[in-house]
Amino acid sequence: MAITLSGDQAIPGPPLSSRLTPAQVWGILLLTPYLLVFLAFVVYPVCYGLWLARDPANYVALYHDPIFARAAINTLIFLVVGINIKMMIALFLSGFFAQQRTWIRWLSVIFILPWAVPSIPTILSVRFMLNPEWGMVNHFIFSLTGDDGPNWLNDPTVALCMAIAVHIWKSLPFWTLILITGRLAISHDLFEAAEVDGASWWQKFRYITWPSMQTLYVTCTLLSMIWTLGDFNSVYLLTGGGPADLTHVLATLGIRYLRLDQLSLAMASIVCAMPFVLPLVYFMMKRLSR
Amino acid sequence: MKLPSLRDVATEARLLLIGIPVFLWTMIPIYHMFLFAISPKEDAFSGKLWPDHPTLHNFEIVFKQQHYFLRDFYAQFWNSTLIAVSVGVLTLFIATAAAFAISRLKVPGGRAVLNLALFTYFIPAAFLAVPMYRTMGNYGLLNNHWSLILAMVTIASPYAIWVLKQASDKLPVELDEAAVMDGATTLQIFRLVYLPLMMPSLVAIGTYAVLLAWNEYLYAFLLLSNDRDITLPVALGNFLAADDSPWELLMTTGFIYALPPAAVYYAFRRYMVGGLTAGAVKS
Repeated sequence: MAITLSGDQAIPGPPLSSRLTPAQVWGILLLTPYLLVFLAFVVYPVCYGLWLARDPANYVALYHDPIFARAAINTLIFLVVGINIKMMIALFLSGFFAQQRTWIRWLSVIFILPWAVPSIPTILSVRFMLNPEWGMVNHFIFSLTGDDGPNWLNDPTVALCMAIAVHIWKSLPFWTLILITGRLAISHDLFEAAEVDGASWWQKFRYITWPSMQTLYVTCTLLSMIWTLGDFNSVYLLTGGGPADLTHVLATLGIRYLRLDQLSLAMASIVCAMPFVLPLVYFMMKRLSR
Repeated sequence: MKLPSLRDVATEARLLLIGIPVFLWTMIPIYHMFLFAISPKEDAFSGKLWPDHPTLHNFEIVFKQQHYFLRDFYAQFWNSTLIAVSVGVLTLFIATAAAFAISRLKVPGGRAVLNLALFTYFIPAAFLAVPMYRTMGNYGLLNNHWSLILAMVTIASPYAIWVLKQASDKLPVELDEAAVMDGATTLQIFRLVYLPLMMPSLVAIGTYAVLLAWNEYLYAFLLLSNDRDITLPVALGNFLAADDSPWELLMTTGFIYALPPAAVYYAFRRYMVGGLTAGAVKS
């Protein structure tokens, strides 16, 4: 028997409400708070921002701004190199943490810490560790070699690498955790059968683990890329975009323009990133809403 | 008991060879923060691995607000708490209502709303920050706690709706049908059937929203600026304004600021891992 929430209780009235069941009226009411938030704080800002960035002169100005080009390249390095290194380490460590050992279970509890604590104090902690005169790293180098260590954050290449390292430090636990879930879902029988057949660890990985995890791995990589585009903290709090504005990424560059009161440039720099962001977002939505 | 074979020892050694670097990599920045918090200034700057005279004096200075950078510590701590809790409550309210409407009431257009929410979830937050800042200015909300609360609710709800919708879909539809047979109204179903069954997911999502707001730096730093209105992370960032920042106090405050979310995370770990990672990536 089909039960519906409709029918005889419907209040007669204007055509629209008579076509809706009470449950649907409640549904619309309950959906309203989110729709209001969405309209006021997503739709309006986005439209307003696009309107601010409408003047083509902004894009010409961006094109001639060497800092913008540098930030775009940095962002690309951050995404392509940083994320892939991070995900490969996460894939490797997911295998490590899937081992059944008491001490490894304890280590996994500690391993989550960077994800559980807020990023600001830990990034600042790393920043001081890299201080050329008083930082722990250079003290350590001095005690080993008797030479002064490098001025870590004063070299744009090294500083960007450090920002990537901080990003990896912070988000590696999260992705490892997700890949562990994927790895534990693989049937153990497969590995036992492979063991009997005398497969090497590489063969087990290549023919059992990887085929069942590749979809998850690719999804995670793409998702991590989208989110890393918005990683403001790792760069801003470690290098502040410096030295000489050479380590900016798109996330910090927009804020830099904003601070300089060049709002339309800030918006234009974000609009420039959209041709790369939107296909990724579209692809992710397709994947997740299946 | 038999002795471990050579092969077992080799495997264990190889695992340790991975485990020790992982441990060091994870702990060094956190240990460094802790080390500064218990060191007097001269020890902190000397690069020692353990201070000659460990002390809790830094904590005393912070709790008594005895430094220029710390004079509004309690106000800022309170701001952080108030904003995080408000974001948690509002997000839960908005997301639960929306998930119930979409998943249980099958409201027309629910699918479209869900897709809009997912879309927002994927837009990098730092990109939305610039137009959001101007919008808050237009609404006259800058330097008002509501600006940060509403911004964080906007960022937290899409994911909350999505996870709660997935969890709602798993509840058997027969429950609603039985309740309707017994003459329950929609609100009664929501209150008496839906909410109790959704409790684990609600705890996970509430925690997620609270931690997201407590940890937020960028939006807080853009939207709030008066010393008495800002949240703790912004205050921490402001330490960098001076060339001779008291780093030992900065790290002490940072340590205090990092404790509550770490404690909450570990307390609700069971919910977080089950409720959030399952929703985070569906393969």
